[in-house]
Amino acid sequence: MTVRERQRTLPVMRRYLFRRLIILLASLWVASGVIFLLVEGVPGDPASFMLGVNAAPDTLAALRAQMGLDQPFVWRYLHWLGGMLSGDFGTSFTYKTPVAGLIAARLAVSLPLAGIALFLSVALAVPMGLLAAARRGKVSDGAVMAGTQLGIAVPNFWFAMLLVLLLAVRWHWFPAGGFPGWSDPLMALRALTLPAIALALPQAAILTRVLRSALIETLGQDYIRTARAKGLSRARALTRHALRNALIPVLTILGLQFSFLLAGAIIIENVFYLPGLGRLIFQAITQRDLIVVESVVMVLVFAVIMVNFLTDLAYAAVDPRLRRRT
Amino acid sequence: MKLSLVIGGVLSAAALLAALVSLVWTPYDVGALDIAHKLQGPSAAHWLGTDHFGRDIASMLMAGARTSLAVALVAVTIGMGLGVPLGLWAAARRGSWIDEGIMRANDLIFAFPALVIAILITATFGPSATNAIIAIGIFNIPVFARVTRAGALSLWQLDYIRAAQVAGKNRARISGEHILPNIANLLIVQGTIQFSLGILAEAGLSYVGLGAQPPTPSWGRMLAESQTMVALAPHVAIMPGLAIVLTVLGLNLLGDGLRDALDPRLRGRLA
Repeated sequence: MTVRERQRTLPVMRRYLFRRLIILLASLWVASGVIFLLVEGVPGDPASFMLGVNAAPDTLAALRAQMGLDQPFVWRYLHWLGGMLSGDFGTSFTYKTPVAGLIAARLAVSLPLAGIALFLSVALAVPMGLLAAARRGKVSDGAVMAGTQLGIAVPNFWFAMLLVLLLAVRWHWFPAGGFPGWSDPLMALRALTLPAIALALPQAAILTRVLRSALIETLGQDYIRTARAKGLSRARALTRHALRNALIPVLTILGLQFSFLLAGAIIIENVFYLPGLGRLIFQAITQRDLIVVESVVMVLVFAVIMVNFLTDLAYAAVDPRLRRRT
Repeated sequence: MKLSLVIGGVLSAAALLAALVSLVWTPYDVGALDIAHKLQGPSAAHWLGTDHFGRDIASMLMAGARTSLAVALVAVTIGMGLGVPLGLWAAARRGSWIDEGIMRANDLIFAFPALVIAILITATFGPSATNAIIAIGIFNIPVFARVTRAGALSLWQLDYIRAAQVAGKNRARISGEHILPNIANLLIVQGTIQFSLGILAEAGLSYVGLGAQPPTPSWGRMLAESQTMVALAPHVAIMPGLAIVLTVLGLNLLGDGLRDALDPRLRGRLA
């Protein structure tokens, strides 16, 4: 790219970034409004809902005061929003501790779980996708594609139960559930292995399919033919040139799939009794701890919106055509 | 190519048949407890065995198919009913603030996976199959809006649509008379995919207790109840899971097969 071209694209890039940033902030703002409205805006008194019918009047009054229920709705919403911006998510009504601390402690389980699952799914999908694309139409391609059909159809929590049945109950390779904490990292990783595999399988199946079709499309391009004509072997052309370009759609799908990964993690945590965000939110629902529910949901939605934003940025950085078009 | 259509059709039809037959007949009464015969393996009397209350698993699976299919069907209908008109509208007003508004609202709903929507609804209104339907249905809206808009946008460029515009038809009429019939294939295929995703989502929601409540039979809840007995009687956990896998697999294969059969470009390649 010449200096001249660079000068021309820079304002375009900046405008793109600015536009995306505005959309990001607007999304977060609207999402917070929707969450607050759904959880606290329903007819009736949230405090008496949380405490149940047999609540003592003074407990009810105390909770009403803590939640600021005597204040107007919009003021409460702004108070909640402002609190979150400064890291104050309020105090849990069942745990009697700051919600921010609760969430942070649970993230220490949920984030590594999602991270390992993401890594596993990519580590599984890249060789599978390469194999299927290189052997397109052959038996190995058919086997990989049949495997992905199955991987997409299997509910991850059922797969998790089967893993427990075989690898934990029958063969005792891994614990069937629970989490020992990070003081012993090796034991902690062992506890997260089965949940991560269960979580990674459907993701890997989807990624394999996307990668395979992207690779097949790239392999038909002229520059691959040029590389081959210059004497590059088929395998090298595939891994050095085609894979790089085929990873762009994979990146997009990874970003889009993140919300499913998160949802899957919430369910899987319940299969393995892992003390993550998923367990926290279900306990909060059963105990009617609305303060925890709305905050955890906001954190989940924040994560999804941020990942999509970062995927867009990465996409623009990888594919210059995209930023010029916008 | 044709094989996927056949296998998919057979598996989907089997699930549908099981659900329909369960309306009038099941081998055993789904609610009948028979503790004396609990946790039995498959036998001539109980083809798929019995659960921890001695209930017949085959009967429960048939009744569970009813719940799964009904939830997914209504959720797809909600998604199509709202998503398709929105997508058509956005495409007809391409580039306008209406288009922009609809698409950004879609992005926003995408940030709330069905599970999170279900969590929010359950936190305030309590768990039920209806809330599961609403949660999955809301999540389906942006999917159909996006597919419809993408399909419609390319059609708006075509000459015969321009001709219809010149002839004085308004955008709503063109969308209904010319655009919609031409993207019907696309919508049928996407509908099949969302249907199978809906079954998976319903199973997941019921599994964590946010979906169908007892006594409504549900595959997801059967799995949740079997979890503590998985080592003792594996078949109790394996059967409902297989039912989900076969149904979802069938619908996915049916969707793939339909796409290949309905897409004229692919049809040309086959001939």
